[in-house]
Order: sequence, then C-alpha cells, then structure tokens
Amino acid sequence: MSASDPDFVRHHGSLGHIVPLRVLALTLAGLLLLTVVTVGVTMVPWLDLGPAGNLWIALLIATIKAALVALYFMHLRYEKPIISIILIVTLCFVILFIGLSMMDSRAYQPSIRAYRAVDPTRYAPDVYNR
Amino acid sequence: MTANSPSASPSTHAQHLAHHFESPAQQFDAAVQGMWLFLATEILLFAGLFCLYAVFRANNPEIFQHAHHYLSKPLGALNTVVLLCSSFTVAAAVRCAQLGRSRQSATLLGLTLACGLAFLGVKYVEYHHKWKEGLLWGRHFRLTEGEAATLPSAAGPATLPAAAPDATSASLGPPAAGDSAPSVASSDEPSATFRPMVLAPPGLRSPDEPAGVTTPQQQVRNIQTFFAVYFLMTGLHALHVLVGLGLIAWITWRTVAGAFSPLYFTPVAMAALYWHLVDLIWIYLFPLLYLIH
Amino acid sequence: MSVLNPTIVLDQPAPAPAGVNYLTHTRGLRSWLLTIDHKRIGVMYLVSILAAFLLGGIFAILVRTELLGPAKTIVTADTYNQFFTLHGAIMIFLVIIPSIPAALGNFVLPIMLGAKDLAFPRVNLLSYYLYLLGALLAVVSIVSGSMDTGWTFYPPYAIDSAHARFGGVIPVLLGVFVLGFSSILTGLNFIVTIHKLRPPGMGWFRLPLFLWSLYATSVIQVLATPVLGVTVLLLILERALRFGVFHPGLGGDPLLYQHFFWFYSHPAVYIMILPAMGIISELVSVFSRKHIFGYHFIAFSSIAIAVFGFFVWGHHMFVSGQSPLVTVLFSLLTYSVSIPSAVKVFNWLATMHGGSISLRTPMLYALAFIFMFGIGGLTGLFLGALATDVHLHDTYFVVAHFHYTMMGGTLIAMLGGLHYWWPKITGRMYNETWGRVAFVLVFLGFNVTFFPQFIMGSRGMPRRYFNYPPEFTAFHQLSTLGAYLMAIGFVIIAGYLLHSLFRGRPAPGNPWGGATLEWQCSSPPPPDNFATQPVAGDPYDFRALEYDPGSGGYVMRPSAGARPAS
Repeated sequence: MSASDPDFVRHHGSLGHIVPLRVLALTLAGLLLLTVVTVGVTMVPWLDLGPAGNLWIALLIATIKAALVALYFMHLRYEKPIISIILIVTLCFVILFIGLSMMDSRAYQPSIRAYRAVDPTRYAPDVYNR
Repeated sequence: MTANSPSASPSTHAQHLAHHFESPAQQFDAAVQGMWLFLATEILLFAGLFCLYAVFRANNPEIFQHAHHYLSKPLGALNTVVLLCSSFTVAAAVRCAQLGRSRQSATLLGLTLACGLAFLGVKYVEYHHKWKEGLLWGRHFRLTEGEAATLPSAAGPATLPAAAPDATSASLGPPAAGDSAPSVASSDEPSATFRPMVLAPPGLRSPDEPAGVTTPQQQVRNIQTFFAVYFLMTGLHALHVLVGLGLIAWITWRTVAGAFSPLYFTPVAMAALYWHLVDLIWIYLFPLLYLIH
Repeated sequence: MSVLNPTIVLDQPAPAPAGVNYLTHTRGLRSWLLTIDHKRIGVMYLVSILAAFLLGGIFAILVRTELLGPAKTIVTADTYNQFFTLHGAIMIFLVIIPSIPAALGNFVLPIMLGAKDLAFPRVNLLSYYLYLLGALLAVVSIVSGSMDTGWTFYPPYAIDSAHARFGGVIPVLLGVFVLGFSSILTGLNFIVTIHKLRPPGMGWFRLPLFLWSLYATSVIQVLATPVLGVTVLLLILERALRFGVFHPGLGGDPLLYQHFFWFYSHPAVYIMILPAMGIISELVSVFSRKHIFGYHFIAFSSIAIAVFGFFVWGHHMFVSGQSPLVTVLFSLLTYSVSIPSAVKVFNWLATMHGGSISLRTPMLYALAFIFMFGIGGLTGLFLGALATDVHLHDTYFVVAHFHYTMMGGTLIAMLGGLHYWWPKITGRMYNETWGRVAFVLVFLGFNVTFFPQFIMGSRGMPRRYFNYPPEFTAFHQLSTLGAYLMAIGFVIIAGYLLHSLFRGRPAPGNPWGGATLEWQCSSPPPPDNFATQPVAGDPYDFRALEYDPGSGGYVMRPSAGARPAS
C-alpha cells in the first residue's frame, strides 16, 4: 500500500495526531464568539470598569482566544509536554521583562514630570520647537 | 532503539528521512520542537514592542485613551475575523495533508492566502487614511483641519497658558489665514506650536496637571507617541503576515506539485504554525490598540 | 555515573577505510561552501572567528597604543572613539559570543552524543552564512567611519550622531540583528539535538558537562537574543525614520532603551561564560585523571546561572536614572548569580585534589581560567554593591572586570578547548613546548595588561576616555606593554598551530585519555562520525583507559571491567 492510497493512514497510523474537523470548527466558533464579546464589552456602558479594569478584561478574553488557537489549531493539546514547557517558560520571561521595565519606568516618572512641568515644550522639544 | 543503518528500505519511509534520524516520527518531532523554539523567539521579539506599549500606556494613559479615536474599530474587528478564519483554514489544510488529501489541502491553503491578502488590504486602507490625515509618528504628526473639526471642543479660549494655535494644530475655531493667530500665550512663552497636543474632552486629564484647576479643556501632549507605537506594532506584524503569506504560497505550490503525503507533510505543518503565531499576535494587538476605552 | 559503577561500555573505534575522514572524503570549494557536515561547518566557523579575533585584536592594540600617553598619541579623539567601539563590537558579537558554541560546539556536540549530525544540518549552514553576513556588515561600518557610540549604542547619541556615512550606526546594527539570528538558530539546533539525538545509555545525568553547558547556553540564546533583535530594529527605525520611542526630543524614553539592551546583553555574558565553564569541567577531569567531583552540582549550576542571569540586567544601569526601588532589587539579585559560579570553582578544585595532574597545555589554560575567572567574578561583587558601584561605574575597574571574565575566562577556555580538541579536529599534534611558552606569554601579558586597570579604575580613571591626567600614565603604559606581550603570545600560538597542520605528528584517536564519546572515533573523524552508534557510559570514568606508548595515545584496557554492549 503506497502513501497515496486513501486507506494508508487508517492502516499505518499518522505522523502526529490528526485533529478532528469538528474540533477545529468548534474552536473557530468559540474564537468568533469571543471576538464579538470583546468588542461588545466596549459598547455596553454598564460593563465599563474604568481604563485599568477594561484593559484586564480585554487581556483576559484575548488570552482565552490565544489559548484556543494554541491548544487546538496548533495541536498543543496533543503534543508532548516539552512543547508546552517551551511556551510557558517563554511567557514567564516576557512577563519578567515587561514587568520590571514597567515597574522601573513608573518609579522614575515623577522626575520626568517635574522636569516637563517647567516648560511645556520639554515634552518633546524636537517636535514642539520647529 | 536500533542503530542507524543506511536507508536501504525501498518504501517511501526512506525518501524523506535524513541520515542522522532513526525514524520519520523522530524527525517530525524534532522539526516540531525546532519550530516551536523559533516561535518562542518571535514571541520574545514582539515582547519588546508590547513592553513599549505597556510602558508608554502605564505612564501616559491619557495619550492612549485619547488617541484610539483615530482608529477604526470596525476595520480592526474585520481584520480579526479574517485572521481567525485563516487560522482555521490553515489548520484544516494541515489535517488534509496528514490524511493525504492534496487537492483539499491546496484549496484550503489558497483560502488562507486569500484571507491574508484581505488582511493586508484592510491594513493598506487604514495606513493610507492615517497618512492622509497626518496621523503619524514623531515630527510627522499633524492634525488637519478636518480631523480637528470632528473632535469635541469647548467654546472659548483655553485658560491654560501656552496654547498658541496654529493652522495645522487642533485648535478652537478656524485658523486665521496666513499670519499666526492671536496668541493667548503668556508673554515669556515662545510662539511654539504644540502640534501633537489636542484639546481633549473635559474630564480627560493627564496626571501632571494640577488638581483642582478648573479648565474647560485639558491638553493631551505627545500624541505622536501613540502613533509611533501603533505603526511599530502593526507594521512589524504586517511584515510577518507578508512573510507568512510567502511561506503559504510556497507550500501551496508544493502541495499542487504533489510533494506531500501522510509520511511527509512537515513543511505544511511548520508553515501553519508560523501562520498561527501571526494570528496570535493580532489577537493581542486588536484589543490593545483598537478597543481602548 | 558514580565512581563506583564499573559498567563501562565503550565501543572500540570502528576502523575507517585508510585516509578517509571528513576533511578528505570530498574535495573542492563547493563541497565546503555547501556542506551540511557539522564538522566542516565548525571548522569554517573556527577560521572566521579567529579572523575576527585578529581584527578585534588589531583595534585593541590601536586603542592601547593611543593610550600610551595623555591626549593625542597617534590618532584624534574621534578616531579613538571608533577604535574602542569597533574593538568592543567585533569582540563581543563576532568572537566571544559565537566562539565556543559555534566553532567547538558545532564540531564536538554531535560526536559527544554519538550522533551523525546536528538535528538540523541545513539550518546549521544557514547559521554560518548569517554569521558571515553579519561580519560583512560590521566591516562596512568600519569603513564608513561612523561607529563611535561605544558598543552599547545608547540613544540619543546613537540617533543624533553626526557620523552619517552609510547611515551612521545602521550597518553595524543590521549586522548585529543578523548575527542575533545566527546565534538563535545555533541555540535552537543544539537544544533539539540534545533532546532528540542522545544515544542509548545517555540519560540526562550521563551527559558530558560540556553538553550541559551548551544546553544552558542555547536556552539563553533562544530566550534573550530576540530581545536584542527588537532593540536594534527599534534603534534602526528610530534613526532612519525618527519614530520617537527612545529619543527624548521626540517624546521617547532613553532609559527604556537601556532596559531593552541589557535584558539581552547581561544574559549574553552568560552565553559567553557557560560554554567556557563546560570546557573547564572536561579539562580538569581528564588532566587530573579523576572523575569530576560533584557532577550534579555542576550540571544544575549551569541551569541556575542561565536562569538567574535573566534577573540582574539592571546592574548595568545603577547610575543611569533607574529608580531606587528597582536598583536595590537588581543589586540583591546580582549577588545570587555569583553563587552557582562559585559552586563550579569549588567542584573543579575538589576534582583536582588527589588527582594525577598533568600540566599539558590544555590544563595550563584550565588552571589559568580558574585563577582569572576567580578574580573577574569576585570583582563583579564590587560592582554589584551599590555604594561602590557609584564610584566604579564607567571606570577602568569595569573594563578590567569584564576583561578578566570574558578574556581571562572565555577566551582562555576557548584556547584550552582548542588545544584539547585540536588533534581531533585536525588529526595533528602541536608542539607541546611552544604551547607552554605561548601560554606563559599570554598569561603574563594578560595580567600585566589588566591588573593595573583595576587600580587605575578605583583611582578614578574613566573608561572610553582618550585623554587622562598624568598620574595615570604609568598604569596605562604598563597596560599597553602587557597588551603587546599578549599579542606576541597569540602570534606564537597561531604559528605552532599552523605549523602542526603541515608537520605535526599524526594524532592518535585518544591522545589525552578522555572518556567522552568523541575520543572513540579516529582523529580526524570519518564523515559520519561513527560506523555504528556507540553506547554511552560514564563520561568521567577513566579506569578502562590505559596509555599505549606505541600510538602515543590511550586505548581501552583489554580486561578492566569492559563488557560488550548488550
């Protein structure tokens, strides 16, 4: 039986797990639904949690969508654990990098603001002074 | 594990098996691992841009809360839907390749290409609009009269000093023709024109304005920074979309040429993983840039 | 893998057809330029890296010569700025970072695993060509005369610098971006190879320590280098299109650039030192004829250094305007990173204790490493402490510190590894006497160059300065003298190594008595490394090996505990 035979996979097994079409379709449906939700949340006044709260909701929904893409479209659910480890370790370092940089920049903002408050052109001298 | 032997087997197993691997499964596993490591580096590459976003937004929230007015939510949402669908089609294409259904695989890859091109088309529309309106970064930022007129503005002059209106800055009322408009700046202020500054709706204040000062309008400075971040993030992303489209086009061509089978479809799977990453990044870009409120 | 385990199962080297090895089995330029053989790629890397070392070294000599006297000695201040910038950029990106992984690792890693090649041989070749492209772009920037920012390219000067021929710093930044890609692909290749291509019998805790160190290095390469990539990309766009994310004149944040830059560049120094430490583990064990002491500790310390190395980047920014909160945090974390390094040093010393030490050239370099890296590492603590760093930052103390670690550490280990694996790579033995002579010159020259710089720096001599008060003249002159001594040492090394290629004694398969798998194939190895895949034993158990005066190398002891492979 050659590889181009339609029954080849059924007899010989496949390289890597084959995701059922139903799973792919359901994942897409979930993603589209979540997209509607994430846009809708911005249009409904009583769900307004202020700038910070809205940001975290948006990030949460985005993370769920990303998880769906990664787990089902990218087969993460069916891969060996090492792949998940690679992804998680990467995300940890991303958080470390962004977190510490944010922490530091927020802490030195007062000195920047004090400097800029003296003269408004100091916000961006090359832009304002033309 | 058996010792490595020269590939003497006449089956298609041997065709694509490199000499240093023992089995197609080991080779495919290695390829998947290698590709995920590469995707990890791409995530870290974009992490730099997300860091820029986080730092600027955390320290100057007023810029971001104001500037999103300039972005089109419907177009952003359309792009999101387009990319999600393209992720579905490419995942389905990999599945077809695994099952040996080359024709279906090629069709689905073609659909993915179409979605990707649609995405780039919408991006072009958005960029073109911004270029025309002068909504760019750094010194290139300028608001035309048209944009300025659509922004909410209070009647009367700003009571804050140093708002010297100019023909190309967002200002109150129509600019004086030719000469500089009467300045409400204090006498020691240079006739600087704070172009990237707009007069924002009441209630929107930047952290360093003194509390308790009642002014009808606040001034949001350094809006050009938002557009620097916007163009950097969407630009690098669009570049990756372009590369992804190139990869998918190449895979489509090879599929049509019959290069893949259930025993060897690694390039399809790898290109699909790359495309999914492109989609993943957009999933975060969309709410962060378009859905600020 | 303990000393008590007598089951050493090592295949006898399968005899290759006479004269057929990876160097000779195909000929012609194309067979080299289009090769996917990791050994040939390793050799090409070695040649390129040594050429880059020569170039960076020339700039070093120019820098030191200019500093023989205060004010202008041979060049203007502007040219001097370019000299130290180019010296730094070439040495860091073209020499020290790729040296051990790309030149030695590429060659040795698959053979140490008993494998036929790396997981992705064509990606390996791509890595090499990206390295060449990056090197070419660096050369362009030399010619353009626009590289005067220091190798750290801090904005706003990097953006505003009036040196604008060929776009100012853009060519070298593009070169760095491309080199970053090369580094990432190599790291990725090594990780997948170590995961997937280990032989039977080689679990994680039977890996040679050199491979543990390459693994840890590769993890850093994959995680940190992309951030360098985005940083230089942003800087290029900032300069070319004035985006305004780093330039304060456009509303940007210059300190943010430093966070971005050092998030890579600090882990980068661990990319430099970890493979070096791996080599030392091998050398110390083989040349003491004693099992490595504390194998697990050394293996885990490599991972610990890789991880902790990501937590300390702010210690380059103590006086840049970084907030006090984060400054204190980074200072504390910096101390943690010294602990795993110290663990390694103790284990090496314990390995040597009671061993039968032979002072061959590779071992001399290993001993020098322990001494000089010790100094380099300890002086890092002065810089990690905030109160002292305020005085020492941007002085020659820092310059001496990083030269003791990067040069006295990585380069010395690279030389040790080069001398250790030279017989395997080339099939020739070099002249041992000249090896020792050159070592003495390099060792003495190095210390005469850099030790005075600690003193200078603590007395206030700033780094990157063209001019200086007369009280520092004697130190500078001593330092320059040392540099010339070192240079002579390097020339001698080049001399006898090249000589060995033509007139060296043919090398036996195992000249030093190593127990790792690369010593089980011929010197040089056949194209596919092994005829049949070997089964791995304990890489530090030397009891099965005995010296055979006939061949001048070590062979398997016929009766001592060796069991046929099951």
